[in-house]
Amino acid sequence: MSEIKVLNGNKAGAYGAMLSRPAVVAAYPITPQSPLVEYISQFVADGFLDASMVEVESEHSALSVLHGASLAGSRVFTGTASQGLALMYEPYIRTSTLRLPIVMCIVNREVISPQSVWGGQQDSFTVRDAGWIQLYMETNQEILDTIIMAYKIAENPEVLLPVNVCYDGFYLSHMSEPVEIPDQEKVDQFLPLYTPTHVKLDPEIPMSVDPLTPGDLLMEYRYKHVEALQRAKRVIDKVDTEFGEFFGRSYGGMVEKYRLDDADYVLITTGSVSGTARVAVDRARDEGIQVGLIKLRALRPFPREIFRASLEGKAAVGVIDRQVCFGWGTGIVYMELRAALRDLKDAPPTVGFIDGLGGADITLDHLQRAIDITQQASTGKIEREITWLGIEVD
Amino acid sequence: MKLGKEYVGPIGKEMYVVNTGDWRYQRPVTNRGKCVKCGRCWLNCPTQCIREYDSYFEADLSYCKGCGICASECPAHAISMVEEVRE
Repeated sequence: MSEIKVLNGNKAGAYGAMLSRPAVVAAYPITPQSPLVEYISQFVADGFLDASMVEVESEHSALSVLHGASLAGSRVFTGTASQGLALMYEPYIRTSTLRLPIVMCIVNREVISPQSVWGGQQDSFTVRDAGWIQLYMETNQEILDTIIMAYKIAENPEVLLPVNVCYDGFYLSHMSEPVEIPDQEKVDQFLPLYTPTHVKLDPEIPMSVDPLTPGDLLMEYRYKHVEALQRAKRVIDKVDTEFGEFFGRSYGGMVEKYRLDDADYVLITTGSVSGTARVAVDRARDEGIQVGLIKLRALRPFPREIFRASLEGKAAVGVIDRQVCFGWGTGIVYMELRAALRDLKDAPPTVGFIDGLGGADITLDHLQRAIDITQQASTGKIEREITWLGIEVD
Repeated sequence: MKLGKEYVGPIGKEMYVVNTGDWRYQRPVTNRGKCVKCGRCWLNCPTQCIREYDSYFEADLSYCKGCGICASECPAHAISMVEEVRE
């Protein structure tokens, strides 16, 4: 039987990992991820999870340990954040280019400097082009459910790629919500034990791993990697639907839409701010403003086709970014959305908002202002393309 | 890491993508009558390209870089280095 507990995001993540039955977990603690690994460690110590818990000396080692374990045929799990992710960058790229179906939580934290331990999505967004699948979470329930789904996506023979389950530091990681913990037997049915067929290290059958590879062959591997990410779009949606059939909860797959069909104006959000945005949308609707919401779940692969189909003919679009795109002067989702809508007939005017860096709150007031500015943009009056909410800019 | 007939990434059985013998300018030639099969060439070859046969050892020329260590180490003087000549 499933049960409902009050869990913070890290504990929900630990339950999601435990229910997925990883054989090896390796991690190095970093705020705000530390409790995630402590809970898993406790599950192992108490005998609830039959896994090797490897305490390593750095994030670089954590992911490297998992490379070996994954190559040997194990399902594996880890998590990190911010500077830990930065230290992990070298094996991080190799995880995706070796096509290892590893699942790793990134508990989003601002990157330093300035010194900060609080929330912000700059860490995982900065590594968006390292070939992983990246999914962003709105609630603690979604964290638990998506970790289970992430293994099913990663291990699909059409995909064979690692997945990041990203959730906002403190806003989710340290905040408690009621979370339904599914029954282990049912999870086992949904997510059978991992039996790799594409690669398994075995002394009886020697294999080469990463031999020196000339450019023409390297290009072939890159091409296949790029194509696998495109195929992952379909798989992410399919696994989400299957999960809904099994457990009665689903999240829309690549994106989740809220009051979108009859909306003239559309807000686009990523992560926990989506919850606040739903309330902002409801309030605006009460005042007669026809606004809706698209919550971006998959940053990689980017749901280009869905955005084009959903936004064609809308009056205006406002994108909320919790990170910046250095060198473009915008947020990253804003820039990518503009690229996705390129050449779209009847493309809506689009404005961007930057807010919530370093743990700053994205309040209802901020979002109501974003809706106002988006509404103005529909008349063609765009004073500035990007607005920094919460600070005064000349 | 094969799917169907092809590798999806740089992992796999029998995956030798670089023939290190491609850039050799001299090759070892074993005088099979002189070879005492002590295996010292096999031990010392840095590319591990020496293969064992019934009564002698010989380099696999796909991977031999032509460094000459085997010829230098051979106690029976059974290996001589011969210049590669392109026809």
